[in-house]
Amino acid sequence: MLVKKPADIQPSEITPESVYRRRREFLRTGATLLGGGALLPGLALAQQGDALKAAAPADLARTPPAPWWEGKFAAIEPAPSSEPFFTSEALTPYRDVIRYNNFYEFGMNKSDPSNRSGDFRVDPWSVEIAGEVARPGRYHLEDILKPHALEERVYRLRCVEAWSMVIPWIGFPLADLIKRFEPTGNARYVEFETVVQRDSMPGVRSPFSIIDWPYREGLRIDEAMNELSFLAVGLYGSYLPAQNGAPIRLVVPWKYGFKSIKSIVRIHFRKTQPNTSWNDLQANEYGFYANVNPEVHHPRWRQDTERRLPQNLFSRRVIPTRLFNGYGEQVAHLYQGMDLARHY
Amino acid sequence: MTIPPGAAKLAVFALGLVPLALLLAQIIRSDFGPDPAQELAGSTGEWSLRLLLATLCLTPLRQLTGKVFFVRIRRMVGLFALFYASLHAFVWLSLLLGFRWHAIGEELLERPYVTVGFASLLILVALGITSPKAMVRRMGRNWKRLHRLVYVAAILAIVHLAWVSRTDFGETVFHGSILALLLGYRLWRRFARTAGQAARR
Ligand code: HEM
Repeated sequence: MLVKKPADIQPSEITPESVYRRRREFLRTGATLLGGGALLPGLALAQQGDALKAAAPADLARTPPAPWWEGKFAAIEPAPSSEPFFTSEALTPYRDVIRYNNFYEFGMNKSDPSNRSGDFRVDPWSVEIAGEVARPGRYHLEDILKPHALEERVYRLRCVEAWSMVIPWIGFPLADLIKRFEPTGNARYVEFETVVQRDSMPGVRSPFSIIDWPYREGLRIDEAMNELSFLAVGLYGSYLPAQNGAPIRLVVPWKYGFKSIKSIVRIHFRKTQPNTSWNDLQANEYGFYANVNPEVHHPRWRQDTERRLPQNLFSRRVIPTRLFNGYGEQVAHLYQGMDLARHY
Repeated sequence: MTIPPGAAKLAVFALGLVPLALLLAQIIRSDFGPDPAQELAGSTGEWSLRLLLATLCLTPLRQLTGKVFFVRIRRMVGLFALFYASLHAFVWLSLLLGFRWHAIGEELLERPYVTVGFASLLILVALGITSPKAMVRRMGRNWKRLHRLVYVAAILAIVHLAWVSRTDFGETVFHGSILALLLGYRLWRRFARTAGQAARR
């Protein structure tokens, strides 16, 4: 068996699926690289010549949920080559991103969401915009997405269970959507709700589950308007699989993964702090904020380090966890004056 | 047909190694997915509990069927439970904690599920050490008293499992019911026996 030190593993080995996408973009990046060596962090990926940083491997290709999706995915703005919308850390391979999921509606095991979501329906899909907004209503997803150009972002994802991934998402800034629906001055929080499809979600039917479905999450409005907050409709250049939260999900990379709610059907603007599912279940374990913080340990899991996936028993990558998952520059100001040990 | 006791014991021994073989096969084929540490912690934990419950079934089985065979294999099955529980604790120490020794104390104090699991493991170790025939003879009545703690170990393991489970208590309810049944059976027998003695008096 070949045993490698973590440092010997090149990003290109871990993500063979990263492929050349657009020749033109390659030439442009190549020229910049020749011009000045400043772009070095992005070098490994740039050398793969990718405009989009990564594409799903051909043998795992996904079909569009409905024909209109194809047009939507025809033009995607590639991720820049610098933080915070991009990281040069090795991507978590596509097959791990789509096979290792927490999505309790489909079951408790990490493999349940990919194995048991075959009947999940993502078309037609509508999202209800409710509460303190000028333009409430129930909108078809196609109309929700219409004015937004899709872009790629490569974010770290840190789960409260002390593992982490690096994922190339496709989507658009949450702030752009919020502005469109014109929240009123009373909109101080945004609440999100996941779909409940009893017939296609075995976890929802389990008699021993104590979650009060639907799953709910929430953000303060200034958190929601932050440039990092992202609504994803794809990953690895392709459509979101059910297990990753199809057809539309939240990505808030400075918070533990459970805040990044999946398969959204309702966005509710509120005056007061909404209840959130995990906080309802165990308030002493899961706070409303749930910002990644190596110094505030969760009762179940130490948070000072994380297992960067994929792990291999013989070359394990355990790295120190960073405050706000390394996105402090963008978000630390949101929590100025707050005691993060109390507002966990 | 009678199977020679030696052969039957050997068969049980081989059976006890099957989970280990399965785990090793999964490791070799990297079937554990991207987070093998967590998966290994889970499967070794489950096997410890299963074998512990299996151990507890043996005395009632002997009483219900009259077959001595069941108590003959009791020590071995119990030691297998200890073996997998130790493996489980080792996976935790090595793969999840990465041998950060300073963290062990903190974990034991701050994570109730670790405290409870550790207590359960300590009992299993004590029972394992005192399980050889010579110890049984040497300890006399105290041996039986000590080994009743196996029920405490099992209860602690169920509590540990309940604490580990986050939202779905199916597994806890399943294993907990088996333990409740076994405990109930013991209490019922004891009650029946004392009642019988009282009636004879
Ligand atoms: C030092 C002692 C122990 C430690 C540190 C320990 C630690 C752990 C850890 C870290 C997990 C995984 C938690 C997770 O999924 O996040 C776990 C799960 C589990 N442990 Fe233990 N444990 C100990 C002793 C025991 C003993 C003695 C038993 C049984 C006899 C046991 C049975 C289990 C079971 C059944 C699970 C759940 C597995 C699953 O369904 O995922 N543990 N334990």
